[in-house]
Amino acid sequence: MSVDAKTVSRVAHLARIALPEGEVARMQGEINAMLGFVEQLNEVDVEGVEPMTSVMPMVMKKRADLVTDGGIAAQIVQNAPQSEDDYFMVPKVVE
Amino acid sequence: MTDLTTLTLTEARDGLKGKAFSATELTKAHVAAIEVARVLNAYVLETPEIALKQAEVSDARLAKGEGGPLEGLPLGIKDLYCTAGTRTTACSNILRTFVPTYESTVTSQLWRDGAVMLGKLNNDEFAMGSSNETSAFGPVINPWRRAGRNVGAGAAGVEGTHLVPGGSSGGSSSAVAAHLCLAATATDTGGSIRQPAAFTGTVGIKPTYGRCSRWGIVAFASSLDQAGPIGKTVRDCAVMLRSMSGHDPKDTTSVDIAVPDYEKAIGRSVKGMKIGIPKEYRLDGMPAEIEKLWADGIAWLKAAGAEIVDISLPHTRYALPAYYIVAPAEASSNLARYDGVRYGLREQGRDIAEMYEKTRAAGFGREVQRRIMIGTYVLSAGYYDAYYLRAQKVRTLIKKDFEDVFAAGIHAILTPATPSAAFGIGEKGSADPVEMYLNDIFTVTVNMAGLPGIAVPAGLDAQGLPLGLQLIGRPFDEETLFSLSEVIEQAAGRFAVQQRWWTGA
Repeated sequence: MSVDAKTVSRVAHLARIALPEGEVARMQGEINAMLGFVEQLNEVDVEGVEPMTSVMPMVMKKRADLVTDGGIAAQIVQNAPQSEDDYFMVPKVVE
Repeated sequence: MTDLTTLTLTEARDGLKGKAFSATELTKAHVAAIEVARVLNAYVLETPEIALKQAEVSDARLAKGEGGPLEGLPLGIKDLYCTAGTRTTACSNILRTFVPTYESTVTSQLWRDGAVMLGKLNNDEFAMGSSNETSAFGPVINPWRRAGRNVGAGAAGVEGTHLVPGGSSGGSSSAVAAHLCLAATATDTGGSIRQPAAFTGTVGIKPTYGRCSRWGIVAFASSLDQAGPIGKTVRDCAVMLRSMSGHDPKDTTSVDIAVPDYEKAIGRSVKGMKIGIPKEYRLDGMPAEIEKLWADGIAWLKAAGAEIVDISLPHTRYALPAYYIVAPAEASSNLARYDGVRYGLREQGRDIAEMYEKTRAAGFGREVQRRIMIGTYVLSAGYYDAYYLRAQKVRTLIKKDFEDVFAAGIHAILTPATPSAAFGIGEKGSADPVEMYLNDIFTVTVNMAGLPGIAVPAGLDAQGLPLGLQLIGRPFDEETLFSLSEVIEQAAGRFAVQQRWWTGA
């Protein structure tokens, strides 16, 4: 399988990465090189094989349903590009 | 007095205990070495004030006969580990000014045990790379040089004939090889500890998935990422790994199994151990010197009483292509958090969607953008089954290959660590990304199966550059890897850079 320029632009939008018109062809070439490389996986018979979901099979530990942390709003917004009164500020979303 | 930076971690530990020198003297020696090695670009942030303060505390403890297993020992920290109050960037412009308010579990354990932080080490952006060339802070230089070829490469200028230190933990490997720290933390998603160790004549171990907590380490591909050390010797790595390991309630994939005293495995007999030699790792056109290295390793282990067994891991060749679906898929999901809202870079846009897109285009480098794009594509509607689901099924088969040979009595597997020695900056992957990815062909299977793997230096190639062997172990049997790799280390000898050309002296 390979991707066309339109698909590359669509994927860039899905990934929320602005891809200038002039960059599409280069990215398309690189993605297609990768897709060409992974094509060989089609040779493998995976009939009846379970997909891996856990690298080291184990029972997930559960912790008590208790509040163990909090009251650190100032720390949470400390690295925000823009914040006000412990809220993250973003451009207007709803008109 | 001898140069304290040339000591191994465990020699320095013993010297501190015997009061041959102080932690402050040891730290000052490293700070001074770092100052004259900036051309290597191994550190992206030096923290001498923190280091000297920690050393002072260590000296007070040592004076009272107290102190942890790493008391007063200066380390370098890969810039993927969050350090509270100290900038942590993953070497990406999107996190260029990020200062964590929390400490990663692994580094907090190092400080608990008395270690000293010299600074943050360079790496490929978000650990995506095999040469440290994708870092937003620029490439790292390998302290090793090709005999007769880039021997003349001066200290000025990074491009040209200098060699890469491997990646993604290139700052870690370069710093350890150049004596800019006694040992370093690193991370390994597809070979990022073992390949740089092999390129610099250092030792690196990726432990079993779940052995070290991933909490507070910038995520790349969560089902493959694992922390581990790079050190000057096998023993040094054993000491580091003990401090780095252990269960953490904050990482649900971290495993609650007691951490052994790995150092005790050093020198343990390997007599009667069955060592598998997988025929699938014998690549067409493999350089003769890699073949010889492998044969040497076999001979050394045999001489130590191990039994050599030919084995087959039939799905080996599919590990790399499956990895390049699974890893980008997980990366595209993990890196979705960098949206210019909660932390990191923000570029202004007319609306929130444009803000996201401009922020991510400006903040992520080319390699990272490509991997996010591939990951987004293979997870998108209509392609998920053909790519991602198939890759995860292939992964099950790769893991089963290993399970089968271990069930048949194999204790560990011996392979080359890399298909070649270190290459030059700018030499690979500029036209075709796959060329760079092939570096991880021997290491990536181990991540796909979650197994422990260690790279140990075993010889030099014709250009005088170090080459490494890899040992792959059973889950949570890092001890056997330490025992076996120390046999190789003893037989091959250590490989240290002879001349500190980077100081300009």
